[in-house]
Amino acid sequence: MLNQPMNRRNFLAMSGSLVVTFTLPGAASSAPARQAGPVKTVALDEVDGFLAVNADGTMTVYTGKVDLGTGIRTAFTQIAGEELDMPLNRIRIVEGDTLLTPDQGATISSISISRGGMEIRQAAATARAALIGEASKVLGVAPEQLATEDGSVMSRQDGRRVPYEKLIGDRNFSIKVNAKAPVKDPKSYKVVGKPVARVDIPEKMWGEFSFVHDFRLPGMLHARVIRPAAMGAQLLSVDDAAARRIPGFVATVRRNNFLAVVARDEWAAIRAARAVKASWSPWEGLPEKERLWDHVRATPVVRRDVTLNTGAAEEALKSAPRTLQATFDFAINTHGSLGPSCAVAEWKDGNLTCWTASQQTHELRKQVAEMLGIGRDNVRCIFIEGSGCYGRNGNEDAAADAALIAKETGQPVRVQWSREDEHVWEPKGPPTLLDYRAGLDQNGNVVSWLADAYVPEGQKVSRTTLLAADLAGLPKDPAHTGSIHQQLAIPYVFPNIRTVAHRLAETPFRPSWIRTPGRMQNNFGTEAFLDEIAHAVGADPIEFRIRHLKDKRGIEVLERVARLADWQPRTGAQRRSGTVVAGRGTAYIKYELVRTYVAAVADVEVNRRTGEIRVVRFHIAHDCGQIINPDGLKNQIEGNVIHTTSRTLLEEVQFNRSTITSRDWAGYPILRFPDIPEIAIDLIDRPTERPWGAGEPTSGVVPPAISNAVFDAVGVRLRSAPFTREKVLAALRRV
Amino acid sequence: MTQALTFTVNGKTERIETDDPKMPLLYALRNQLGFKSMHFGCGLAQCGACTVHVSGKPVRSCSFPVASAAGEEILTLDGIGNAAKPHPLQLAFIEEQAAQCGYCANGMIMQAKALLDSNRSPSDRDIKRALANNLCRCGTHQRIVRAVKRAAKMMA
Repeated sequence: MLNQPMNRRNFLAMSGSLVVTFTLPGAASSAPARQAGPVKTVALDEVDGFLAVNADGTMTVYTGKVDLGTGIRTAFTQIAGEELDMPLNRIRIVEGDTLLTPDQGATISSISISRGGMEIRQAAATARAALIGEASKVLGVAPEQLATEDGSVMSRQDGRRVPYEKLIGDRNFSIKVNAKAPVKDPKSYKVVGKPVARVDIPEKMWGEFSFVHDFRLPGMLHARVIRPAAMGAQLLSVDDAAARRIPGFVATVRRNNFLAVVARDEWAAIRAARAVKASWSPWEGLPEKERLWDHVRATPVVRRDVTLNTGAAEEALKSAPRTLQATFDFAINTHGSLGPSCAVAEWKDGNLTCWTASQQTHELRKQVAEMLGIGRDNVRCIFIEGSGCYGRNGNEDAAADAALIAKETGQPVRVQWSREDEHVWEPKGPPTLLDYRAGLDQNGNVVSWLADAYVPEGQKVSRTTLLAADLAGLPKDPAHTGSIHQQLAIPYVFPNIRTVAHRLAETPFRPSWIRTPGRMQNNFGTEAFLDEIAHAVGADPIEFRIRHLKDKRGIEVLERVARLADWQPRTGAQRRSGTVVAGRGTAYIKYELVRTYVAAVADVEVNRRTGEIRVVRFHIAHDCGQIINPDGLKNQIEGNVIHTTSRTLLEEVQFNRSTITSRDWAGYPILRFPDIPEIAIDLIDRPTERPWGAGEPTSGVVPPAISNAVFDAVGVRLRSAPFTREKVLAALRRV
Repeated sequence: MTQALTFTVNGKTERIETDDPKMPLLYALRNQLGFKSMHFGCGLAQCGACTVHVSGKPVRSCSFPVASAAGEEILTLDGIGNAAKPHPLQLAFIEEQAAQCGYCANGMIMQAKALLDSNRSPSDRDIKRALANNLCRCGTHQRIVRAVKRAAKMMA
């Protein structure tokens, strides 16, 4: 079982320079996309797909999931180290390399731990059983008398030990992952569940960490893409005479509406891009910003996804003695990574290798292959961490830019997007429009709940159109919006429920998934409308939620957040007097109705004179099952709260009929230090339960909790995000 | 026309050549001198990711003409400390785990250093004001504030 030929050594000799890009700064030698000779398996059902024990006593974990700044590199180290009793400092993680790592799906939807981590855990458990089996032969001791410790198998009888590398070092396991291989009893955990320090943070603080922006190849050129003046404009003519005079200028690359300049150094590329005179056709195909929601409502519906249908909601509504209805909307948002997207590509002998911060290198590989008209085996995408990524931003597009230019020029090329590239041209979280209706009986019971979302259609596969392919007129995918139908179905028990996502034929901007796609927007409507009902029937909002839940874990997060916040029951808006008025509101989510539970209480202050909302404090109770790393988890929850408070109060993509006018941080303000809320967190750890993710769920409770808190303070409902001062003042004038 | 410029970076004299005196200092540091601690974020002095000190003052190197650095002393994150001899701010950021992606950390530390150079025991409010023009997109602000406070205590 453990005696396969040593083929990994050849392979590591060829590619070792790539897997150490995290630690070696500056130039790294390149490797071809297609390797000669045997290569490491990337099969999801093979232990060797995920794990290798190296002859030097270290271990390498191969994962298709990538660390987007969330800390999963550390969490995976803990999971693998725990299961194999391997010291954490002897484990290295290789992420998102299409030649080396199994395709565990894109790093999306907060499933890196629940899917990616558990695949690693099961592979490690299988490996541990195999190592014990092998050691049993070597030591002549029965397997049940053997234990693992500190990277060795040890005899309980006489204390003799044999290190893993003596059993398997540099050789393949050559066994399938056994779904039934025994995993460790959580009671025996030494590192899982502990606040292990992040493996990447020290290097980031010394300024020694290599982000994708720091990756260099010998002979590498720098390119900048010149974007259409209007989003749908055609390139009419190009005059690059002035650009050619800039020292370092190499070439102008044009393919249909894709236009780029290439130079020997980065600043020359920037100057050359500015010096190119491109003439674009006029285009005014965007809707009027002021009438965006009319436009959304008038867009043809191509499909209706019924996400929950219980009883007969329409009929029950008609016969209900009392009805409520409200419409909610959530603005177009940008991901807004702090570091604009960047990628390096090399075209060599018909093969394309691309270094990218993509959250989905395996999908990117397919997309780049299609765009360039070459086989998938001729493309290798290698992840290098970039600036924080909150969904499908511009990373894949920068990679496609670099791939196209590298193929056109035959030289290694680095593409660094500008701030304007990122703000204007990364795909957007689409506009979301939500209609809610509810029917109440004489006793104030909800007899009917109806929700209708109006959101764009998207393809099934989690890929969105590559910008370069679109501009260059090359083969391309349609867009994918993320699963924005999620969280429209509700966790509450009412006799008649019907929730429908009306998928629209078009949307103003190239859409993609944005952190907590659909769940953030839909849960805003659901949890704010539920609050309206609780108020209408004179119920305390937390008690009302608990009353309509059957799920014990859901009830527990609500009870725990009430305790954490010292919640005092309330049955109506406080409508306190004064200029600055305090209020508090609650919200709940069970992520996609199948995993992570979060409940929140938000404390806000509303300034009646200026319309300004200050989010003073968030209280969060959080249950994601077994906690891998409580400090990493808190970091994610805090990030969700601040990030989404920013989206809820401030963020909205501005545009005219031709293009996006939010072109930088001045045109797209985000939350700053003086305005950040305090955050109190109650973590519920369930070591014997399946672990779930935390990268997104808390974002789902933030907008409704703030809206409900504003109502508590001043008695007005904010149903349109972001809650700008203008909207607050307008709402206050209406009461 | 190519011209040579000389300045010091972290105490070491460096000479670079450029044909554009308006080139931002960031490109000289990253691409000509091989530093990677300062990051490109916006090119507009809006986010702070590129912050370095020039003669004791924090500047946004993405918008600071390289010619203006001639003869000046430049201090970068690498220059304030390293693994062998860390600066209290670097230690405090590690102890507080004050990063998610960490792309903004350079600017946070260099801006915070400027604050601590003039205010040895800043309040939370002082720290938030001092960092108001440094953007963090991951939402690590609370940890960053705690880290700066911790560093101030370590330096007291």
